[in-house]
Amino acid sequence: MLELLLIFPLVVAAISLIIPNYQLRSWLLPVSGGLHLLLSISLAMEPFTLTGVWLGLDALSKLVLVVTSLLFFGCALYAVGYLEIRRDRGNKTMVPCLLIFLSAMTLAITARHLGLMWMAVEATTLSSAPLIYYNRNKLSIEATWKYLLICSVGIALAMLGLLFVAYGALDSGSPVSLQLDTLLAVAGTLSKPWLHAGFVFLLVGFGTKMGLAPLHSWKPDAYGEAPGLVGALLAGGLTSVAFLAILRGVQLMSAAGDGAMARQALLGMGLLSLFVAAIFMVRQPDIKRLLAYSSVEHMGLLAIGVGIGGLATFGAMLHLINNALTKGGLFLAAGNIQRAYSSKRLTEVRGAISVLPVSGTLFLAGFLAITGSPPFGPFMSEFTILRGIFANQRPFVGLLVLLFLALVFIGMGSTVLAATQGEAAAKTSDFRDRLLLCISPTAFILLVLLLGVYIPEPLQQALQNAAALLEVQP
Amino acid sequence: MMELTNPLLLTVILINFFTLGSARLVACIRIVAVQGALLALLPLAVHGFTAHAMLLSAGALIFKGVFIPLLLLRAIREVRIRREMEPIIGFVPTLILGALMTAGAFLFADFLPLAAEHHDGLFVPTALATMFSGFLLLITRRKAITQVLGYLMLENGIFILGVLLSEALPLLVEGGVLLDLLVGVFVMGIVMNQINREFSSIDTESLTALKE
Repeated sequence: MLELLLIFPLVVAAISLIIPNYQLRSWLLPVSGGLHLLLSISLAMEPFTLTGVWLGLDALSKLVLVVTSLLFFGCALYAVGYLEIRRDRGNKTMVPCLLIFLSAMTLAITARHLGLMWMAVEATTLSSAPLIYYNRNKLSIEATWKYLLICSVGIALAMLGLLFVAYGALDSGSPVSLQLDTLLAVAGTLSKPWLHAGFVFLLVGFGTKMGLAPLHSWKPDAYGEAPGLVGALLAGGLTSVAFLAILRGVQLMSAAGDGAMARQALLGMGLLSLFVAAIFMVRQPDIKRLLAYSSVEHMGLLAIGVGIGGLATFGAMLHLINNALTKGGLFLAAGNIQRAYSSKRLTEVRGAISVLPVSGTLFLAGFLAITGSPPFGPFMSEFTILRGIFANQRPFVGLLVLLFLALVFIGMGSTVLAATQGEAAAKTSDFRDRLLLCISPTAFILLVLLLGVYIPEPLQQALQNAAALLEVQP
Repeated sequence: MMELTNPLLLTVILINFFTLGSARLVACIRIVAVQGALLALLPLAVHGFTAHAMLLSAGALIFKGVFIPLLLLRAIREVRIRREMEPIIGFVPTLILGALMTAGAFLFADFLPLAAEHHDGLFVPTALATMFSGFLLLITRRKAITQVLGYLMLENGIFILGVLLSEALPLLVEGGVLLDLLVGVFVMGIVMNQINREFSSIDTESLTALKE
């Protein structure tokens, strides 16, 4: 089953190369995305956990798998409409790269061997680089180069971290392996200095990929220059995958009895991310870069949630879903707005709601959701994380988080309100809202709204199981 | 084992210095290829002629010693550049920095809680020194191609450590890592070509339009 999930996108990618018909090739995306989603959900519904030597699914990876798959399906549907109006650029690289990207993300999520996971994460970097370069201009080439080089070097450091962890077993006489279950079983016997150094390098490496400050420098460039649907996939899907990789390190440290140290590191980076994001979001004139900094902010919140532990970990798991779906909706809506104004800067983008009633409204709603306004989902998850912080007797951390969230709300609000409200500038292109480009973002925002009001029992259970995996004591 | 690996590893360190001090790009690419090929001998020298070691050696030799350098040579032929001009830090200061870092790597490795069998070997210090040199290239050079070479040296350093831990890295993973590296250099080569087309040079200095 799992192997099927990995291989069929690759097969479809190969098929897409020989299909001559433009539209048919585009439609391969939602068809495989839908199939992937169905398979993922059916796998995640299985009550037991699949554990193999190479591939497996536990509560954490089930969660990330379904979220990523759902996001991909939505973006794939959007892609059909998007590629239709971008016939000048073509879809010959876009379609296979998106499918390889899907397969690589799935492998990174389901891998039980950390070396295999590493390889898959690097493959996501390589398959997404051509996607960022889709627009083929000076700015996108600069963004692609920075993304490729910074992420590749970062990932190389993560490999160093993995080797350090493996070296920790060499001295203690435990079996030398990077298989997750084996490692978790012998974690207590690993040599401490090597394990700690390994975790730090894992955090730096996968943290670069996730975009935690101060390793986020590629993020605004890449998200800003990539097409909206690629931004959505990177900000919602890839970041979650990188976060899962960091969580594997946290699991390992917890199993070795050093969970507290791992949590402290995550908490520090999380707070720094929130701070940096808040600073750069104030007076940000570019709506897509704004979303990129918002992504840095929410990666920070995830790190803080896990860094605090307990109730906050549960909140972070819920926030992972909310962030992925809201970012999906926001980036897709921002893509539509950019198309209508032929710009993503505040100097041109004004009064988006009057030009694009659906996309403009979605962008505004997405802003309210992502900044944690009730009744949207992120309000629930951010509130849970905050409750966890205060319940953990960390009032200072809690106040800092609240302060940064308020700053982000003001900064993001001034840009988003200026972009959506008021009179539209005279010159807009003749692009208007169309069905295929509005279904997915609408569905994402509605889902986020639903998650804010009601969390179904199975999901609640899944979140608890995922959080429980991170709370294991030796 | 020692009598074979030590000269190998010392040559690897010398190659680091050559790359740090040379302005001729073709020579740099070739010498990094030689470094990759030398490293391909390491698994055999350490583990003997086991199936795992032989396959890993063959893979590393083909990828690091042949395919990747060919890709890079093709890339610079297309963009028609030969020399690294005006590095951010001059060649002599980079060499001095490289020497300091290598010395530091040897001193630092003494403090590491290494397993008993690795205490006297050159493995860990060489791995560290090669990684540092890679970083130095990444930071101090302006040409995109030299930055890719820096990345390759970083990966070479990590490969040296990986040889010590071959139980932890099954062939499937090692193969995947090498394939990732190859595809990575391939994609970087394409991007480099596009940079050259857009900016008429592959100086990464021209990539400064995106900022706050």
